[in-house]
Amino acid sequence: MLSDVQKSLLKELTGRDSFADGAFNIRANGQSAGRNSTDSIRIEPKKEGAGLDIYIAPGTRRDHVHIPVVMTDSGLKETVFNDFHVGEGADVEIVAGCGIHNCGCDDSEHDGIHRFFIAKGARVKYVEKHIGGGDGVGKRILNPVTEVEMAEGSSMEMEMAQIKGVDDTDRKTTAHLAAGARLVVRERLMTDGTQRALSTYVVSLDGPGSSADIVSRGVSRGKSFQRLDLRIAGNAPCKGHTECDSIIMDDSRILAVPALEANDVDASLVHEAAIGRIAGEQLIKLMTLGLTQAEAEERIINGFLA
Amino acid sequence: MLEIDNLSFDVETEAGPKSVLRGVSLSLAPGRLVVVTGPNGSGKSTLARLIAGIETPTSGRILLDGRDITGLSITERAKAGIGFAFQQPVRFKGLKVIDLLRIAAGRNLTIHEACDHLAAVGLCAQDYVRREVNSSLSGGELKRIEIATIFAKASKVSIFDEPEAGIDLWSFQNLIQAFKEMRQAVADASLMIISHQERILAIADEIVVIKGGSIERQGPKDEILPSLIGTEMAMGGCPRGLPWRKADA
Repeated sequence: MLSDVQKSLLKELTGRDSFADGAFNIRANGQSAGRNSTDSIRIEPKKEGAGLDIYIAPGTRRDHVHIPVVMTDSGLKETVFNDFHVGEGADVEIVAGCGIHNCGCDDSEHDGIHRFFIAKGARVKYVEKHIGGGDGVGKRILNPVTEVEMAEGSSMEMEMAQIKGVDDTDRKTTAHLAAGARLVVRERLMTDGTQRALSTYVVSLDGPGSSADIVSRGVSRGKSFQRLDLRIAGNAPCKGHTECDSIIMDDSRILAVPALEANDVDASLVHEAAIGRIAGEQLIKLMTLGLTQAEAEERIINGFLA
Repeated sequence: MLEIDNLSFDVETEAGPKSVLRGVSLSLAPGRLVVVTGPNGSGKSTLARLIAGIETPTSGRILLDGRDITGLSITERAKAGIGFAFQQPVRFKGLKVIDLLRIAAGRNLTIHEACDHLAAVGLCAQDYVRREVNSSLSGGELKRIEIATIFAKASKVSIFDEPEAGIDLWSFQNLIQAFKEMRQAVADASLMIISHQERILAIADEIVVIKGGSIERQGPKDEILPSLIGTEMAMGGCPRGLPWRKADA
């Protein structure tokens, strides 16, 4: 039975009030709090260690699977391995994410290691949200690792969002793309207080005609720190684009580390990076429309991270 | 009623204080349209920014319906009934056209209502209402959206700083029509338009000519306009993006 706090975290993570049908696995305080497989999506616990194998049958059409994690016990630390096996030609949306509510004085930590094996021609949309809450002094720590293997002609769209509340995160994402595969990443980060967020992407475009478009937007406030490390290696005729776009506020710090590596004369790689405060003209414009300065800042930030 | 009473504005330069506006007084009655013209650098935009509260005058007062608003913030003036369309509109990553229109209107405009405002400035509304106000929009599109937000705000006093800059001929003709409609739609709305386009001057009730930071002349259109025609203060033809470029050259 889920507590009210757990239910509200789940709602925030998935947009759903309850889970009854469809494929899902809910993990609450280190235990499974509900699981369902369907004809096309099978979820099995790992035989050894914590985690799941999720099998999406070849040819699955427009299905979805939810695997949210909620933690409300202070002092819990766990590492979970989830492997997604996406069959040939399948089309699936995977909604993951972790909500930590820490009211205690001990640190809570969830390290999710997600591996994706995406077969030929499959299409995956992966949505991952990280949220933190609770007023305890114990930290909320999330260290997600995402590893992606993309076969010929497959595509993956990742939406990663971490908006406030998480004290410390070290996020690592790697991907290998075969011929004609396409990876699109949209990352949104907001840090405040003394939070720290590190995000590293290492994408290898191995097959001819593969492409990647990675865009990370961040807002840092308070005394927080963000490091964005976006690396694309072009090992074949391919197209790669990365973009770091950050709004810096207060006494925060941001380090953007762009890296492009071309190992093929027909690799076309572009990086864009920009860090700056909210433009004064933007604030003035919204104030002339009747917003206070604080309201204007919120609107600009919310729009930027939308 | 907007009253500008003996307004002056100085800026600090390396060579000491420089006067941008000196002793400007004028009044804008409800339902009236005044066009402010004058050479480049004469202080027209500064006057608009002083009224909107973006700059603070060195001396003088600004009154709205008899209330002294000189000490009010930008936000307070916006709420009191001042609207201001920037000469160079601002881009926002992530904010959509509908968001800006809703902020301007101060309420949750329906898509239909938002589309009406966009149509008034000659934009095919369905294509634009959910667009981001970012660098994917051209200068002309951005300018028209800027004007649409001021229409949506429906202020007692709306100030437009060179609304024609960057707008093509077709939209320009629509723009004139839109100003006429705005006067009818908002009861007792007062409009102040900074422009040196003859066709905008032609729809004015009154014209104010500013030169070198002071009002040189002001009065009814019929008195002032004939003497301006053919000068840089009442240019004909198709407006172009750059002020003071000879439009029909």
